Amino acid sequence: MSVRVEGLTKIYGEQKAIDKLSFQVEKGQILGFLGPNGAGKSTTMKILTGYLPPTEGSVEIGGFDVQANPKEIRRLIGYLPENNPLYGDLYIKEYLHFVAGFYPIKNPSARVSEVIDLIGLTPEKHKKIGALSKGYKQRVGLAQAIIHDPQVLILDEPTTGLDPNQLVEIRSLIKALGKEKTLIFSTHIMQEVTALCDRVLIIKDGKMQANDTLQNLQSTFQGEWVTTITFQGPFTLEHFKKIKDVQRIRQIHPDVIQVITAPGIDVRPLIFKQAVKDDNIIIGMQQDRRSVEEIFQKLTGSDIQ
Amino acid sequence: MWVIYKKELTTFFNNLTGYLVLGVFLTVMGLFLFVFPETSLLESNFASLEPFFEMAPSLFLFLVPAITMRLLAEERQLGTLALLLTKPIDEMGLVIGKFLAAVSLLFLALVPTLFYYITLYFLGSPVGNLDTGAIMGSYLGLLLLGSAFASIGMLASSLTESQIVAFVLAVTGCFLFFYGFYFLSGLPVFFGKWDALVQQFGMDYHYHALSKGAPDTRDLIYFLSVIAIFLLITRFVLQYRIRS
Repeated sequence: MSVRVEGLTKIYGEQKAIDKLSFQVEKGQILGFLGPNGAGKSTTMKILTGYLPPTEGSVEIGGFDVQANPKEIRRLIGYLPENNPLYGDLYIKEYLHFVAGFYPIKNPSARVSEVIDLIGLTPEKHKKIGALSKGYKQRVGLAQAIIHDPQVLILDEPTTGLDPNQLVEIRSLIKALGKEKTLIFSTHIMQEVTALCDRVLIIKDGKMQANDTLQNLQSTFQGEWVTTITFQGPFTLEHFKKIKDVQRIRQIHPDVIQVITAPGIDVRPLIFKQAVKDDNIIIGMQQDRRSVEEIFQKLTGSDIQ
Repeated sequence: MWVIYKKELTTFFNNLTGYLVLGVFLTVMGLFLFVFPETSLLESNFASLEPFFEMAPSLFLFLVPAITMRLLAEERQLGTLALLLTKPIDEMGLVIGKFLAAVSLLFLALVPTLFYYITLYFLGSPVGNLDTGAIMGSYLGLLLLGSAFASIGMLASSLTESQIVAFVLAVTGCFLFFYGFYFLSGLPVFFGKWDALVQQFGMDYHYHALSKGAPDTRDLIYFLSVIAIFLLITRFVLQYRIRS
């Protein structure tokens, strides 16, 4: 089931939260929705679910227009809202039964048990939601989103606040779910996109910065090499800028700079010589191709020239 | 809608609100009607439930907002409103489901008070010397009044994330609608000409009319319209204020 978004715009008062977004996701694809906090990710997702009306543009899920067919859409999608809101005073089973009650499910009890197993909630299934750890709460949030076996899953920051082990587990769950469904999830963590997505959509200030497959993005932006240099004590930034072949330099930390060059050019010897000349102490130097993090930084404009 | 209804009713009895409301209502009523001599049914010379129906609205004024304050404010505060409204249910279903749950709790609070009726029935001289029609009318009036208070409470609860604010708003709203118009009619502007009309906007006027024992469709229509109007405004608030 495909999700098709056309020219989506949302204006709050004077502020454009999202500006003419268009994209498309197909069944079996995982779309990573990436952007800094406040870029409009949650707003877009709320519009996708039909919770918020768009100011302009349209969303079509499986051929249904979201605004015109709210009931059909709500049966087709599973949604995990931002911050995973839950009723702390309900038991896991009780809560999942409640959610199941909204949908025409033939045998709710069997389905609830099945989902509890699938999501890995079994060891905690007799607890109240309020007593669960963050990782398990997140699982309950996912469980309620898939209880009716929806075709389309929309997950708003499903991995915020998890510890590294929980992260790995929730990611593998998402990956497994993405195989049979159309899955859209948002995050501001780059590694997540590398780990999960087929397609990446990067937005900043509500505007689309990139909409491509991960490989394409990487090859497009690998037109640059980055050398990271760590100093001990003071250094003269201006002198390094004058080195031949250096395109630009950004300071990512008081003691750390990154020198950007065209691919295939190794500026390390020249940098070393310059440092010796200025009596600067280099304690680390490493050359990399652009990482996905940097693509993200470049596209969302947090890079320092 | 019934999913919401069922959940709310379970929640009332899971987190003690339900027991508390029933307990407080019945205890206070019991004290006034059987223990405190001023208002005791046993001290009275007439077999009448009038003291009960006179006091019940004042208790409802606080109890009903206490029941309804949680209903929408908590969903807003937890963020679960976004969750519910992306399930296959519309705002009206949500509002009505919760409203009916609150009304059911009121109904449950009233059922045990039939005991007062039975007591009086046998205390009458001769036995059964009681205006049953008036009592049934009063019960109907009380249930409608409670429901109208609940609809005001729903609106108050939809306006804020804070349950305390919702409670205060609801008590104020219920008070104004119950007594407010009566007091308003006392203003010199209305005196003589308009005072009767102004009084008819108040709930107490229709509540007392119903307790006379001959239900008038106008009183029924009054309460049902008040309920419908407040629930519709609540729906409107959910639809436009929260989602914009």
